[in-house]
Amino acid sequence: MNLEDLRYTKDHEWILVENQIGTVGITDHAQHQLGDVVFVELPKVGDSFNAGEAFGSVESVKAVSELYCPVSGQVIDVNEKLRETPEMINSEPYGGGWMIKIKLRNLQEQKNLLSASEYTALTQQEKE
Amino acid sequence: MGQDHALKQTPLNPIHRRTGARMVDFAGWDMPVQYESAVKEHLAVRTAAGLFDVSHMGEIEIRGPDALSLLQELTCNDVAALQIGQVQYSALMHPRGTFVDDTTVYRRGVDHYFLCVNASNQEKDFAWIWEHAQGRVTVENSSDCYAQLAVQGPEALSILQPLSSVPLEDIRRYWFIEGKFVDVACIISRTGYTGEDGFELYFPPEFAEKIWTAVLEAGKPRGLLPSGLAARNTLRLEAKMALYGNDIDETTTVLEADLGWIVKWHKGSFIGRDVLERQKREGVPRKLVGFEMVDRGIARDHHPVYLNDKPAGQVCSGSYAPFLEKSIGLLYLPWEHCTLGNEFSVDVRGKKLKARVVATPFYKRPK
Repeated sequence: MNLEDLRYTKDHEWILVENQIGTVGITDHAQHQLGDVVFVELPKVGDSFNAGEAFGSVESVKAVSELYCPVSGQVIDVNEKLRETPEMINSEPYGGGWMIKIKLRNLQEQKNLLSASEYTALTQQEKE
Repeated sequence: MGQDHALKQTPLNPIHRRTGARMVDFAGWDMPVQYESAVKEHLAVRTAAGLFDVSHMGEIEIRGPDALSLLQELTCNDVAALQIGQVQYSALMHPRGTFVDDTTVYRRGVDHYFLCVNASNQEKDFAWIWEHAQGRVTVENSSDCYAQLAVQGPEALSILQPLSSVPLEDIRRYWFIEGKFVDVACIISRTGYTGEDGFELYFPPEFAEKIWTAVLEAGKPRGLLPSGLAARNTLRLEAKMALYGNDIDETTTVLEADLGWIVKWHKGSFIGRDVLERQKREGVPRKLVGFEMVDRGIARDHHPVYLNDKPAGQVCSGSYAPFLEKSIGLLYLPWEHCTLGNEFSVDVRGKKLKARVVATPFYKRPK
Protein backbone atom coordinates (compact mmCIF):
# COMPACT_ATOMS: atom_id res chain seq x y z
CA MET A 1 0.00 0.00 0.00
CA ASN A 2 1.27 3.44 -0.93
CA LEU A 3 0.97 5.72 2.10
CA GLU A 4 0.66 8.70 -0.31
CA ASP A 5 -2.74 7.33 -1.42
CA LEU A 6 -4.18 7.45 2.10
CA ARG A 7 -5.89 10.31 3.87
CA TYR A 8 -5.39 10.89 7.60
CA THR A 9 -7.15 12.31 10.65
CA LYS A 10 -5.52 14.36 13.37
CA ASP A 11 -6.42 11.47 15.67
CA HIS A 12 -4.13 9.14 13.70
CA GLU A 13 -6.62 7.10 11.70
CA TRP A 14 -5.97 6.46 8.02
CA ILE A 15 -8.52 5.83 5.27
CA LEU A 16 -8.10 4.46 1.76
CA VAL A 17 -11.07 5.30 -0.46
CA GLU A 18 -11.75 3.17 -3.53
CA ASN A 19 -15.13 3.28 -5.34
CA GLN A 20 -16.93 5.01 -2.46
CA ILE A 21 -15.65 2.37 -0.02
CA GLY A 22 -13.19 3.48 2.64
CA THR A 23 -10.89 1.09 4.48
CA VAL A 24 -9.94 2.46 7.91
CA GLY A 25 -7.11 1.70 10.31
CA ILE A 26 -4.68 3.48 12.64
CA THR A 27 -1.30 4.76 11.55
CA ASP A 28 2.12 3.31 12.30
CA HIS A 29 2.79 6.36 14.46
CA ALA A 30 -0.39 5.65 16.45
CA GLN A 31 0.35 1.96 17.02
CA HIS A 32 3.86 2.84 18.10
CA GLN A 33 2.63 5.44 20.57
CA LEU A 34 0.05 3.02 21.93
CA GLY A 35 2.36 0.03 22.37
CA ASP A 36 1.31 -3.64 22.20
CA VAL A 37 -2.37 -3.74 21.31
CA VAL A 38 -4.06 -6.35 23.49
CA PHE A 39 -7.73 -5.57 22.87
CA VAL A 40 -9.85 -4.01 20.18
CA GLU A 41 -13.52 -3.13 20.16
CA LEU A 42 -15.10 -2.70 16.74
CA PRO A 43 -18.62 -1.89 15.52
CA LYS A 44 -21.03 -4.25 13.76
CA VAL A 45 -21.69 -4.38 10.06
CA GLY A 46 -24.60 -2.05 9.38
CA ASP A 47 -23.70 0.52 12.06
CA SER A 48 -23.56 4.11 10.84
CA PHE A 49 -21.19 6.84 11.97
CA ASN A 50 -20.69 10.52 11.33
CA ALA A 51 -17.26 11.88 10.57
CA GLY A 52 -15.40 12.38 13.86
CA GLU A 53 -17.64 9.99 15.80
CA ALA A 54 -16.05 7.19 17.85
CA PHE A 55 -16.56 3.80 16.18
CA GLY A 56 -14.55 1.67 18.59
CA SER A 57 -11.42 1.54 20.71
CA VAL A 58 -7.99 -0.04 20.87
CA GLU A 59 -6.25 -0.85 24.11
CA SER A 60 -2.66 -1.60 24.99
CA VAL A 61 -1.38 -2.73 28.38
CA LYS A 62 -1.15 0.86 29.58
CA ALA A 63 -3.53 2.89 27.44
CA VAL A 64 -6.91 3.14 25.76
CA SER A 65 -7.44 4.98 22.53
CA GLU A 66 -10.80 5.79 20.98
CA LEU A 67 -11.12 5.25 17.24
CA TYR A 68 -12.69 8.12 15.32
CA CYS A 69 -14.39 7.65 12.00
CA PRO A 70 -12.63 9.74 9.32
CA VAL A 71 -15.80 10.07 7.22
CA SER A 72 -19.56 9.58 7.52
CA GLY A 73 -21.08 6.35 6.32
CA GLN A 74 -22.21 2.82 7.00
CA VAL A 75 -19.95 -0.05 8.06
CA ILE A 76 -20.01 -2.82 5.43
CA ASP A 77 -17.17 -5.00 6.75
CA VAL A 78 -15.27 -5.48 10.02
CA ASN A 79 -11.88 -7.14 10.43
CA GLU A 80 -12.99 -9.93 12.77
CA LYS A 81 -9.46 -11.41 12.85
CA LEU A 82 -8.42 -8.58 15.15
CA ARG A 83 -10.52 -10.03 17.97
CA GLU A 84 -8.12 -12.97 18.23
CA THR A 85 -4.96 -11.30 16.94
CA PRO A 86 -5.10 -7.61 17.89
CA GLU A 87 -1.29 -7.54 17.67
CA MET A 88 -1.72 -7.31 13.88
CA ILE A 89 -2.49 -3.64 14.47
CA ASN A 90 1.14 -3.31 15.63
CA SER A 91 2.76 -5.53 13.03
CA GLU A 92 0.74 -4.48 9.96
CA PRO A 93 -1.02 -1.19 10.71
CA TYR A 94 -1.68 -0.53 6.99
CA GLY A 95 -2.31 -4.18 6.02
CA GLY A 96 -3.77 -6.96 8.14
CA GLY A 97 -4.41 -4.44 10.91
CA TRP A 98 -7.22 -2.65 9.02
CA MET A 99 -10.34 -2.26 11.14
CA ILE A 100 -13.47 -1.44 9.16
CA LYS A 101 -14.68 -0.83 5.64
CA ILE A 102 -17.23 1.94 5.37
CA LYS A 103 -19.51 3.06 2.53
CA LEU A 104 -19.05 6.82 2.27
CA ARG A 105 -22.17 8.96 2.55
CA ASN A 106 -20.46 12.04 1.14
CA LEU A 107 -17.35 11.79 -1.01
CA GLN A 108 -16.59 15.48 -0.44
CA GLU A 109 -15.76 14.82 3.22
CA GLN A 110 -12.38 13.35 2.32
CA LYS A 111 -11.22 16.84 1.50
CA ASN A 112 -11.29 17.71 5.18
CA LEU A 113 -8.72 15.03 5.89
CA LEU A 114 -4.95 15.39 5.92
CA SER A 115 -2.67 14.40 3.07
CA ALA A 116 0.33 12.16 3.73
CA SER A 117 2.70 15.13 3.90
CA GLU A 118 0.38 17.10 6.19
CA TYR A 119 0.07 14.08 8.47
CA THR A 120 3.83 13.57 8.57
CA ALA A 121 4.25 17.22 9.52
CA LEU A 122 1.72 16.73 12.34
CA THR A 123 3.58 13.75 13.80
CA GLN A 124 6.89 15.62 13.53
CA GLN A 125 5.33 18.43 15.54
CA GLU A 126 4.22 15.98 18.21
CA LYS A 127 7.74 14.64 18.56
CA GLU A 128 9.17 18.10 19.16
CA MET B 1 9.45 16.44 23.97
CA GLY B 2 11.28 18.50 26.53
CA GLN B 3 12.73 16.76 29.54
CA ASP B 4 11.17 17.84 32.79
CA HIS B 5 14.02 18.86 35.05
CA ALA B 6 11.77 18.91 38.08
CA LEU B 7 11.57 15.11 37.97
CA LYS B 8 14.06 13.07 39.94
CA GLN B 9 16.33 10.76 37.99
CA THR B 10 17.90 7.44 38.84
CA PRO B 11 21.61 7.04 38.01
CA LEU B 12 20.56 4.94 34.99
CA ASN B 13 18.43 7.68 33.44
CA PRO B 14 20.90 8.40 30.60
CA ILE B 15 21.05 4.67 29.76
CA HIS B 16 17.27 4.38 29.63
CA ARG B 17 17.01 7.38 27.33
CA ARG B 18 19.82 6.11 25.11
CA THR B 19 18.10 2.71 24.92
CA GLY B 20 14.96 4.42 23.66
CA ALA B 21 12.82 3.58 26.67
CA ARG B 22 9.51 5.37 26.97
CA MET B 23 9.76 7.51 30.10
CA VAL B 24 6.96 8.55 32.43
CA ASP B 25 6.55 10.55 35.60
CA PHE B 26 6.13 7.97 38.36
CA ALA B 27 5.85 9.38 41.88
CA GLY B 28 7.97 12.35 40.81
CA TRP B 29 10.60 10.19 39.13
CA ASP B 30 11.44 10.06 35.43
CA MET B 31 11.14 6.28 34.99
CA PRO B 32 11.12 3.84 32.06
CA VAL B 33 7.58 2.52 31.58
CA GLN B 34 8.67 0.19 28.78
CA TYR B 35 11.63 -0.38 26.50
CA GLU B 36 10.40 -2.08 23.33
CA SER B 37 7.28 -3.87 24.43
CA ALA B 38 5.54 -4.16 27.79
CA VAL B 39 4.07 -7.53 26.76
CA LYS B 40 7.43 -9.00 25.69
CA GLU B 41 9.03 -7.73 28.89
CA HIS B 42 6.29 -9.32 30.99
CA LEU B 43 6.63 -12.65 29.18
CA ALA B 44 10.43 -12.53 29.43
CA VAL B 45 10.15 -12.38 33.22
CA ARG B 46 7.74 -15.36 33.29
CA THR B 47 9.85 -17.52 30.95
CA ALA B 48 13.45 -16.20 31.18
CA ALA B 49 14.35 -13.01 33.05
CA GLY B 50 13.87 -9.26 33.24
CA LEU B 51 16.10 -6.48 34.55
CA PHE B 52 14.38 -3.56 36.30
CA ASP B 53 15.79 -0.26 37.50
CA VAL B 54 13.94 0.31 40.76
CA SER B 55 16.31 2.91 42.17
CA HIS B 56 13.34 5.18 42.85
CA MET B 57 12.43 2.99 45.84
CA GLY B 58 13.27 4.54 49.20
CA GLU B 59 15.58 3.13 51.86
CA ILE B 60 15.39 4.00 55.56
CA GLU B 61 17.89 2.69 58.10
CA ILE B 62 17.26 2.35 61.79
CA ARG B 63 20.08 1.68 64.21
CA GLY B 64 20.40 1.35 67.95
CA PRO B 65 19.53 -0.90 70.88
CA ASP B 66 15.91 0.29 70.76
CA ALA B 67 15.52 -0.34 67.00
CA LEU B 68 13.70 -3.63 67.57
CA SER B 69 11.19 -2.25 70.06
CA LEU B 70 10.52 0.79 67.83
CA LEU B 71 9.88 -1.40 64.77
CA GLN B 72 7.67 -3.74 66.80
CA GLU B 73 5.55 -0.74 67.67
CA LEU B 74 5.52 0.68 64.11
CA THR B 75 4.84 -2.50 62.12
CA CYS B 76 2.40 -5.41 62.35
CA ASN B 77 4.72 -8.29 61.45
CA ASP B 78 6.99 -9.80 64.12
CA VAL B 79 10.36 -8.11 63.78
CA ALA B 80 11.72 -10.21 66.67
CA ALA B 81 11.41 -13.27 64.44
CA LEU B 82 13.94 -11.83 61.97
CA GLN B 83 17.41 -13.27 62.05
CA ILE B 84 20.35 -11.30 60.70
CA GLY B 85 20.17 -11.75 56.93
CA GLN B 86 16.43 -12.20 56.83
CA VAL B 87 13.74 -10.05 55.20
CA GLN B 88 10.04 -9.72 55.95
CA TYR B 89 7.13 -8.09 54.20
CA SER B 90 5.25 -5.81 56.57
CA ALA B 91 3.22 -2.66 57.00
CA LEU B 92 4.07 0.64 58.64
CA MET B 93 0.90 0.94 60.67
CA HIS B 94 -1.47 3.87 60.96
CA PRO B 95 -3.55 4.11 64.17
CA ARG B 96 -6.63 3.33 62.06
CA GLY B 97 -5.21 -0.14 61.37
CA THR B 98 -4.35 1.05 57.87
CA PHE B 99 -1.15 1.51 55.89
CA VAL B 100 1.22 4.42 56.29
CA ASP B 101 3.12 2.27 53.78
CA ASP B 102 3.92 -1.32 52.96
CA THR B 103 7.56 -2.22 53.28
CA THR B 104 10.17 -4.93 53.40
CA VAL B 105 12.19 -5.00 56.64
CA TYR B 106 15.79 -6.25 56.41
CA ARG B 107 17.77 -7.14 59.53
CA ARG B 108 21.38 -6.25 58.71
CA GLY B 109 22.89 -6.47 62.19
CA VAL B 110 22.02 -7.04 65.82
CA ASP B 111 20.60 -3.51 66.11
CA HIS B 112 20.53 -2.48 62.47
CA TYR B 113 17.40 -2.61 60.31
CA PHE B 114 16.91 -1.47 56.73
CA LEU B 115 13.49 -0.69 55.27
CA CYS B 116 12.72 -0.64 51.57
CA VAL B 117 9.73 1.69 51.11
CA ASN B 118 7.65 3.07 48.25
CA ALA B 119 9.15 5.99 46.35
CA SER B 120 5.98 8.04 46.77
CA ASN B 121 6.01 7.56 50.56
CA GLN B 122 9.68 7.87 51.33
CA GLU B 123 9.55 11.29 52.95
CA LYS B 124 6.30 10.62 54.79
CA ASP B 125 7.65 7.31 56.12
CA PHE B 126 10.89 8.86 57.28
CA ALA B 127 9.03 11.66 59.09
CA TRP B 128 6.64 9.12 60.65
CA ILE B 129 9.43 6.88 61.92
CA TRP B 130 11.56 9.80 63.09
CA GLU B 131 8.63 11.28 64.99
CA HIS B 132 7.89 8.01 66.77
CA ALA B 133 11.56 7.34 67.48
CA GLN B 134 11.78 10.44 69.71
CA GLY B 135 15.55 10.20 69.68
CA ARG B 136 15.65 6.62 70.97
CA VAL B 137 17.33 5.33 67.79
CA THR B 138 19.18 6.66 64.78
CA VAL B 139 16.86 7.02 61.79
CA GLU B 140 18.43 7.79 58.44
CA ASN B 141 16.74 8.35 55.09
CA SER B 142 19.47 6.74 52.99
CA SER B 143 17.46 6.67 49.76
CA ASP B 144 20.13 8.69 47.96
CA CYS B 145 22.83 6.23 49.04
CA TYR B 146 21.36 3.28 47.16
CA ALA B 147 20.53 2.35 43.63
CA GLN B 148 18.38 -0.76 43.29
CA LEU B 149 18.08 -3.28 40.49
CA ALA B 150 15.68 -6.21 40.36
CA VAL B 151 16.55 -9.28 38.31
CA GLN B 152 13.49 -11.46 38.12
CA GLY B 153 12.56 -14.69 36.38
CA PRO B 154 13.41 -18.40 36.26
CA GLU B 155 16.81 -17.64 34.68
CA ALA B 156 17.78 -14.97 37.23
CA LEU B 157 19.96 -17.27 39.32
CA SER B 158 21.91 -18.72 36.41
CA ILE B 159 22.42 -15.27 34.89
CA LEU B 160 23.67 -13.66 38.11
CA GLN B 161 25.80 -16.45 39.56
CA PRO B 162 28.79 -16.01 37.21
CA LEU B 163 28.94 -12.34 38.26
CA SER B 164 29.45 -13.06 41.95
CA SER B 165 31.55 -15.29 44.19
CA VAL B 166 28.68 -15.40 46.70
CA PRO B 167 26.82 -18.72 46.37
CA LEU B 168 23.51 -17.19 45.31
CA GLU B 169 21.71 -20.51 45.27
CA ASP B 170 22.16 -20.74 49.03
CA ILE B 171 20.25 -17.53 49.62
CA ARG B 172 16.77 -18.67 50.53
CA ARG B 173 13.62 -16.82 49.55
CA TYR B 174 13.25 -13.69 51.72
CA TRP B 175 16.85 -13.83 52.90
CA PHE B 176 19.81 -11.73 51.78
CA ILE B 177 23.58 -11.63 51.88
CA GLU B 178 25.88 -8.62 51.94
CA GLY B 179 28.64 -9.47 49.52
CA LYS B 180 30.44 -8.63 46.32
CA PHE B 181 28.57 -8.58 43.06
CA VAL B 182 30.66 -7.57 40.02
CA ASP B 183 33.22 -6.44 42.61
CA VAL B 184 30.77 -4.02 44.19
CA ALA B 185 29.59 -4.37 47.79
CA CYS B 186 25.87 -5.10 47.51
CA ILE B 187 22.89 -6.23 49.47
CA ILE B 188 21.86 -9.29 47.45
CA SER B 189 18.29 -10.14 48.37
CA ARG B 190 16.20 -13.07 47.18
CA THR B 191 13.03 -11.05 46.90
CA GLY B 192 10.92 -9.43 44.23
CA TYR B 193 7.65 -7.98 43.07
CA THR B 194 6.81 -10.18 40.11
CA GLY B 195 5.74 -13.57 41.45
CA GLU B 196 8.93 -15.14 40.06
CA ASP B 197 12.17 -16.27 41.64
CA GLY B 198 14.75 -13.53 41.51
CA PHE B 199 16.99 -11.08 43.27
CA GLU B 200 17.03 -7.44 44.27
CA LEU B 201 20.40 -5.73 44.51
CA TYR B 202 21.11 -2.59 46.55
CA PHE B 203 24.40 -0.74 46.07
CA PRO B 204 25.89 2.77 45.89
CA PRO B 205 24.51 4.71 42.89
CA GLU B 206 27.90 5.31 41.30
CA PHE B 207 28.08 1.61 40.37
CA ALA B 208 24.64 1.48 38.76
CA GLU B 209 25.82 1.67 35.18
CA LYS B 210 28.51 -0.95 35.73
CA ILE B 211 26.11 -3.45 37.30
CA TRP B 212 23.27 -2.74 34.87
CA THR B 213 25.57 -3.33 31.90
CA ALA B 214 27.10 -6.49 33.38
CA VAL B 215 23.69 -8.06 34.08
CA LEU B 216 22.33 -7.07 30.69
CA GLU B 217 25.31 -8.59 28.87
CA ALA B 218 25.25 -11.78 30.94
CA GLY B 219 21.50 -12.10 30.55
CA LYS B 220 21.02 -11.42 26.87
CA PRO B 221 21.98 -14.93 25.71
CA ARG B 222 19.44 -16.32 28.18
CA GLY B 223 16.57 -14.12 27.06
CA LEU B 224 16.78 -11.37 29.68
CA LEU B 225 15.15 -8.10 28.68
CA PRO B 226 15.44 -4.69 30.30
CA SER B 227 11.92 -4.19 31.64
CA GLY B 228 9.89 -1.18 32.63
CA LEU B 229 7.23 -0.19 35.11
CA ALA B 230 4.37 -1.37 32.87
CA ALA B 231 5.61 -4.96 33.02
CA ARG B 232 6.41 -4.59 36.71
CA ASN B 233 2.80 -3.59 37.33
CA THR B 234 1.17 -6.39 35.31
CA LEU B 235 3.57 -8.96 36.82
CA ARG B 236 2.80 -7.93 40.40
CA LEU B 237 -0.93 -7.87 39.60
CA GLU B 238 -0.91 -11.43 38.22
CA ALA B 239 0.85 -12.45 41.45
CA LYS B 240 -1.68 -10.40 43.49
CA MET B 241 0.93 -8.27 45.20
CA ALA B 242 -0.57 -5.03 46.48
CA LEU B 243 0.37 -1.65 45.06
CA TYR B 244 0.36 1.26 47.49
CA GLY B 245 -1.91 4.04 46.28
CA ASN B 246 -4.04 1.61 44.27
CA ASP B 247 -4.88 -1.37 46.46
CA ILE B 248 -3.76 -0.20 49.89
CA ASP B 249 -3.39 3.18 51.58
CA GLU B 250 -4.27 5.03 54.78
CA THR B 251 -7.96 4.18 54.33
CA THR B 252 -7.64 0.39 53.93
CA THR B 253 -6.88 -1.82 56.90
CA VAL B 254 -4.37 -4.64 56.71
CA LEU B 255 -7.15 -7.20 57.20
CA GLU B 256 -9.41 -5.62 54.57
CA ALA B 257 -6.42 -5.86 52.20
CA ASP B 258 -6.44 -9.63 52.86
CA LEU B 259 -2.93 -9.41 54.30
CA GLY B 260 -3.76 -11.04 57.63
CA TRP B 261 -0.66 -13.22 57.26
CA ILE B 262 1.59 -10.23 58.00
CA VAL B 263 -0.22 -9.53 61.29
CA LYS B 264 1.42 -11.40 64.17
CA TRP B 265 -0.93 -11.33 67.14
CA HIS B 266 1.50 -12.95 69.58
CA LYS B 267 4.02 -10.11 69.37
CA GLY B 268 2.32 -7.64 71.69
CA SER B 269 1.23 -4.08 71.07
CA PHE B 270 1.68 -2.19 67.81
CA ILE B 271 0.06 0.87 66.28
CA GLY B 272 -3.46 0.14 65.03
CA ARG B 273 -3.67 -3.22 66.75
CA ASP B 274 -6.98 -2.41 68.49
CA VAL B 275 -8.69 -1.70 65.17
CA LEU B 276 -7.40 -4.92 63.64
CA GLU B 277 -8.41 -6.92 66.72
CA ARG B 278 -11.93 -5.57 66.52
CA GLN B 279 -12.11 -6.42 62.80
CA LYS B 280 -10.78 -9.88 63.49
CA ARG B 281 -13.44 -10.40 66.14
CA GLU B 282 -16.35 -8.84 64.26
CA GLY B 283 -15.28 -9.59 60.70
CA VAL B 284 -14.11 -7.13 58.06
CA PRO B 285 -16.80 -5.04 56.35
CA ARG B 286 -15.07 -5.39 52.98
CA LYS B 287 -12.20 -7.30 51.47
CA LEU B 288 -9.73 -6.93 48.60
CA VAL B 289 -10.53 -9.67 46.09
CA GLY B 290 -9.38 -10.66 42.64
CA PHE B 291 -11.69 -10.60 39.64
CA GLU B 292 -11.66 -11.46 36.00
CA MET B 293 -13.84 -10.08 33.26
CA VAL B 294 -16.70 -12.23 32.04
CA ASP B 295 -17.65 -9.88 29.21
CA ARG B 296 -15.02 -8.86 26.68
CA GLY B 297 -13.17 -5.75 27.81
CA ILE B 298 -10.49 -4.45 30.12
CA ALA B 299 -11.42 -2.99 33.50
CA ARG B 300 -8.81 -0.47 34.53
CA ASP B 301 -7.78 1.40 37.68
CA HIS B 302 -10.62 3.57 39.07
CA HIS B 303 -13.37 2.26 36.78
CA PRO B 304 -16.69 2.43 38.70
CA VAL B 305 -18.14 -0.81 40.05
CA TYR B 306 -21.81 -1.79 40.44
CA LEU B 307 -23.44 -4.48 42.53
CA ASN B 308 -27.02 -5.15 41.46
CA ASP B 309 -26.95 -1.80 39.63
CA LYS B 310 -25.97 0.11 42.78
CA PRO B 311 -22.61 1.95 42.94
CA ALA B 312 -20.11 -0.16 44.89
CA GLY B 313 -16.81 1.67 44.69
CA GLN B 314 -14.21 1.27 42.01
CA VAL B 315 -11.54 -1.00 40.57
CA CYS B 316 -8.27 -0.63 42.52
CA SER B 317 -5.98 -2.24 39.95
CA GLY B 318 -7.22 -3.52 36.62
CA SER B 319 -5.35 -4.57 33.52
CA TYR B 320 -4.91 -7.02 30.74
CA ALA B 321 -2.71 -9.81 32.08
CA PRO B 322 -0.17 -10.65 29.36
CA PHE B 323 0.83 -14.11 30.63
CA LEU B 324 -2.68 -15.25 31.56
CA GLU B 325 -4.08 -13.61 28.42
CA LYS B 326 -7.15 -12.29 30.16
CA SER B 327 -8.41 -9.19 31.85
CA ILE B 328 -7.98 -9.21 35.63
CA GLY B 329 -8.02 -6.88 38.58
CA LEU B 330 -8.39 -6.21 42.29
CA LEU B 331 -11.13 -4.38 44.13
CA TYR B 332 -12.81 -4.08 47.51
CA LEU B 333 -16.22 -5.69 47.81
CA PRO B 334 -18.55 -5.87 50.83
CA TRP B 335 -17.71 -9.14 52.60
CA GLU B 336 -21.00 -10.78 51.66
CA HIS B 337 -20.14 -10.36 47.97
CA CYS B 338 -16.62 -11.80 48.17
CA THR B 339 -17.59 -15.40 47.48
CA LEU B 340 -15.76 -16.98 44.55
CA GLY B 341 -17.85 -16.77 41.40
CA ASN B 342 -19.89 -13.80 42.62
CA GLU B 343 -20.69 -11.45 39.76
CA PHE B 344 -20.73 -7.66 39.57
CA SER B 345 -20.34 -5.12 36.82
CA VAL B 346 -17.68 -2.60 35.91
CA ASP B 347 -18.40 0.60 34.02
CA VAL B 348 -15.81 0.49 31.24
CA ARG B 349 -16.09 3.85 29.52
CA GLY B 350 -19.85 3.96 29.67
CA LYS B 351 -20.58 0.25 29.22
CA LYS B 352 -21.43 -1.98 32.14
CA LEU B 353 -19.44 -5.17 31.68
CA LYS B 354 -19.80 -8.31 33.77
CA ALA B 355 -16.94 -9.50 36.00
CA ARG B 356 -16.64 -12.23 38.64
CA VAL B 357 -14.67 -12.88 41.81
CA VAL B 358 -11.91 -15.47 41.29
CA ALA B 359 -9.28 -17.19 43.43
CA THR B 360 -5.93 -15.47 43.84
CA PRO B 361 -3.08 -15.27 43.17
CA PHE B 362 -4.10 -15.24 39.53
CA TYR B 363 -0.65 -16.61 38.74
CA LYS B 364 1.51 -18.90 40.84
CA ARG B 365 4.94 -19.88 39.57
CA PRO B 366 5.62 -23.56 39.00
CA LYS B 367 7.87 -24.97 41.74
